[in-house]
Amino acid sequence: MREIISASRIHSDLVRNVEEISGEHLLACNQCGKCSAGCPVASVMDMLPSQVIRMAQLGMEDVLESNTIWICASCLTCVTRCPKGVNLPRMMEALREVSLRSGVTKLDLDSLPPELVRELPQLAIVGGFRKYMK
Amino acid sequence: MGVPYYPGCTLSTNAKGYDRSGRAVAAALGMELVELPEWQCCGATFPLATDNSLALIAPTRILYQAEQQGDRVAALCAICYHVLKRTQTTLARDTEMHDRINWFTEQDYQGRVTVSHLLEILRDDVGWEALAQKVVRPLTGLRAAPYYGCLLLRPYDEIGMDDPENPSILHDLLRALGAEVVDFPYNIECCGSYLTVKEPGISENLSQDIVASARDHQAQVIVTACPLCQFNLEYPQREKASGRTGDEIPVVYFTQLMAVALGLPEEEWGMETGHFVDPRPLFNGK
Repeated sequence: MREIISASRIHSDLVRNVEEISGEHLLACNQCGKCSAGCPVASVMDMLPSQVIRMAQLGMEDVLESNTIWICASCLTCVTRCPKGVNLPRMMEALREVSLRSGVTKLDLDSLPPELVRELPQLAIVGGFRKYMK
Repeated sequence: MGVPYYPGCTLSTNAKGYDRSGRAVAAALGMELVELPEWQCCGATFPLATDNSLALIAPTRILYQAEQQGDRVAALCAICYHVLKRTQTTLARDTEMHDRINWFTEQDYQGRVTVSHLLEILRDDVGWEALAQKVVRPLTGLRAAPYYGCLLLRPYDEIGMDDPENPSILHDLLRALGAEVVDFPYNIECCGSYLTVKEPGISENLSQDIVASARDHQAQVIVTACPLCQFNLEYPQREKASGRTGDEIPVVYFTQLMAVALGLPEEEWGMETGHFVDPRPLFNGK
């Protein structure tokens, strides 16, 4: 894939929005990959967490199409291990928020198996609403 | 000694056994968990977006209710604890946010409440030795695997309960109860949390890896402090049309094991509902 990196893209709305919502500086990440190495769900992500951050650093909007931001369960393993003290879960949340605030919904309530809904702890349902829809 | 107590939604519905056994063991140790006279859901997720002050309102209301009762609030649910503790930390560090929330709720929360998990009260106020002396039915020979999950420990700079990578609080508790502690490498791995709503297959795979690791270490029971971990680890082991495999491992709350070890009557164990693998045969129960 041919990608053109330019100053205007790096100073894009995406970068500004992610930094404002997360309260984090995207360029604080130096891409060591420790987050991806310890991420318990990296194996089912289409992009590694560190790659998502790299795309966000470069203002690449297609990062919002990645399933990674929705598979991140905010388990906070990465933030515990990041040698730069970067709060990656906040960046992931910001990317989800950018998407949700543009009208995207990621949870289809009708598709949930009724037998699962009957047994699910309440906090999972409330948490699911908050994480995957507005 | 009465301790203001916030049960939360799940302990009032699907995880009543955690609430029941928690209240019973606290009482057996001379503490009464006094439920807040008025409370609401904490929101079940701590807002990671810095501009999401809306999500801090519910937990701040709970802290305000607790402040009317004293200077601390105890929680059992690891997620309620996580949300309340981080809210308390956030308000203490961000006075502008604190003022904004108080302005919105029209409640003057002063910020005095310490949020404690019952595990911390047991470690810091009761003490493991004093607890061990109360044990009348030691869990001798029971191979119990402590499972911490995520939100009880992380992030360390806001929660600060225990070492986030090498925790010991559940290990110490189980030792005090006389159990044989099974240290297994998945004890701080994520069970999938809310993914169980949107991507049940992914959380099921995560949970099966955790249970398989405990099984490889010959655990007879997995011990947790979180109702979502309990569900995620046990639900995939439920009885299916094909029957049971026979190598299921029940997942119990630490308070349930305490209730057994402290010699409380079986109804106080809180094991009759909320389990997909019945833990009672381990204790010669029903």
